[in-house]
Amino acid sequence: MPNIILIGINHKTAPVALREKLSFSIEETLAALETLKQHPGIKEILIFSTCNRTEILYVASRSGTVDTLITFLSGSKQISPSEFVPALYILRKEEAIHHLFRVAASLDSMMVGEPQILGQIKLAYRTAVKAGTSKVLLNRMMHKSFSVAKKVRKETGIGDNAVSISYAAIELANKIFSDLSTKTVMLLGAGEMAELAVEHLISHNVGQIRVSNRTFENAVALAERFNGRALGFEERVDALTEVDIIISSTGATDYVITADQVKKAMKKRKYRTLFFIDIAVPRDIDPKINQLSNVYVYDIDDLKTVVASNIQQREQETVKAERFVSEAVIKFRQWLDSLAIVPTIKALNEKMTGIVEMECDKTLSHLSHLAEPDKDAIRRMTQAIATRAIHDPIMFLKHTGGHRDDSLYLNVARQLFNLDMLENQ
Amino acid sequence: MGVQTGNTLLQIAFLLYVSSLAGYLVFLVRQKDRIQKISFYLIAMGVGIHLAGMLTLGVTIKGLPVQNLVQSLSMAALALGAMFLYVQYKFNLKMLGLFAALILSITMLSALVLPDTQAPPNDAFKGVWFYCHILLIFAGDAALGLACGAGILYLLQEKGIKARNPGFFFKRLPSLDFLDDVSHACITTGFFLLTLGLVTGFVYAKVLWGHFWSWDFKEVFSLGAWFVYAVLLHLRLYAGWRGRKSAIMTIVGFAIIVFTFLGVNLFLGGHHQEFTK
Repeated sequence: MPNIILIGINHKTAPVALREKLSFSIEETLAALETLKQHPGIKEILIFSTCNRTEILYVASRSGTVDTLITFLSGSKQISPSEFVPALYILRKEEAIHHLFRVAASLDSMMVGEPQILGQIKLAYRTAVKAGTSKVLLNRMMHKSFSVAKKVRKETGIGDNAVSISYAAIELANKIFSDLSTKTVMLLGAGEMAELAVEHLISHNVGQIRVSNRTFENAVALAERFNGRALGFEERVDALTEVDIIISSTGATDYVITADQVKKAMKKRKYRTLFFIDIAVPRDIDPKINQLSNVYVYDIDDLKTVVASNIQQREQETVKAERFVSEAVIKFRQWLDSLAIVPTIKALNEKMTGIVEMECDKTLSHLSHLAEPDKDAIRRMTQAIATRAIHDPIMFLKHTGGHRDDSLYLNVARQLFNLDMLENQ
Repeated sequence: MGVQTGNTLLQIAFLLYVSSLAGYLVFLVRQKDRIQKISFYLIAMGVGIHLAGMLTLGVTIKGLPVQNLVQSLSMAALALGAMFLYVQYKFNLKMLGLFAALILSITMLSALVLPDTQAPPNDAFKGVWFYCHILLIFAGDAALGLACGAGILYLLQEKGIKARNPGFFFKRLPSLDFLDDVSHACITTGFFLLTLGLVTGFVYAKVLWGHFWSWDFKEVFSLGAWFVYAVLLHLRLYAGWRGRKSAIMTIVGFAIIVFTFLGVNLFLGGHHQEFTK
């Protein structure tokens, strides 16, 4: 089996501060691939880097390549190996394939089932193709990972359910409003939670953003970051007539929006729907507001309940998804094994012998006047022709040149003689 | 002969509606888009065959086939089916098909089960005003029926979201805004058609009997239903009656329409009774 290796860090092994330092932009990836492909020990290589992971997948032709890559990372990212090596995982052969397939199928994501990862991996693959560092093995492996991911998405419910608080909030908003891009969001409080929520909303194309905070300066700073407008804290009640989604996360000990205020605002806004997301503890939004018509209030516990029921459903689906991944790994492994020289020659011989025998039987059955020794002679002759015909190709395959990429020629041979029928089914 | 062919076509349409209903029920549980598409095509085929059946009947009796209760029910179903195809094409509200298939199946079942007594030919059921009146009223009622369907879907979705326990319907139905929009579009269309239908009815009455209004029960209830929708549209515009309140009103309004269509003639009498004997 070829020496497939995957090294990387992800959200489980490294904090965000470290992941940031080791992340690669597209341009950096291209440059890195150009450098690394010069290395004689690396036959094929691909780098993928997202906010949750940086992983390098490659095919090595000699030992010691892991150290080479660690040195390369350390040098290009200006970071000492002692800082990131403890967080690094090094997976080989089947483990590496298994890991890649799981990542593509979004089983290794922070939010299992999230759909972006496949697109990110495809981009990483295109980058490697562009740099000319993805060849027979990685091409096949990446395409397999895409098809596993598609199968998991199609045949399990893994991507159906929102499994994080802010994702759940957005899902709810999408079931209340038909078009978020025409809606205005108001943030009450400019803390870290609020920021996170807004980042999610922006990635879902929400319309305008208002920020209202007790300390006006912070409101201005946050509003500027998200191209929104800052409001004074006293303006929050008047703003209820023009915003549609309110995300509240102030540190106030009492309600910052009362039922009476909303009641008046609803009349003014002609009962157009209002959606409150209250992620503050203690709560900011009077829960009685939920009783008003066309107003919906979800606090942090409500959102957690939504998430919990989603997680439960998702876990059953994960089992199924893991099975798809394992199946795909086994099939890919079988293909890899077949890429070795001996099985290929064997398959080629068997195919030729089969053809010769079949054709001989067909012809000889019409030639009943021939004696048995004559028939044997014909059989021997046809067999000899076949053996001669494939002698040169087999010699070519057997001749393992030092720097020749065997997997490439073996793959071509298998395709030329159509020896992969079993695996492709 | 023509009647026989027409009725056979109606029976085929009924079978298609029932199959579509079954398809939509499977879709409700399994949520596979292909099943929804197949179910939709079944309804579409049903409506086509239904239309052919009604045309055959119409040609045979040389008039609109709304001469008795069975024919009226069948015509109402055809109008609802055709209106549904349009609304589905325009909005692609997948779950509305379940409502449409259900109503179509029930209506056609009653039309097939009830005795089809042949009414004596009546010259009153002729003329361009009569045709306009009937077709507009049926089309309007169909649109208002679909508004009611969208309203029911709205209430199902709203209940889960309001209770902070998004349940079975949460994933299966679109957003509240969208359901409200569909319902509203259906009300506006239905109200417009109903208004024209009533006006042509008045003109027809004037031509036939010499007076616009004769305090016939059906006239009174029709005008009642018209007022419900007029008030609803007005309140929506000026007092923000949208969402839940609007959805409940569509159901109330449609209940009055169904009563006007069936109940008035069965229980109260009047000159519209002829159609629903």
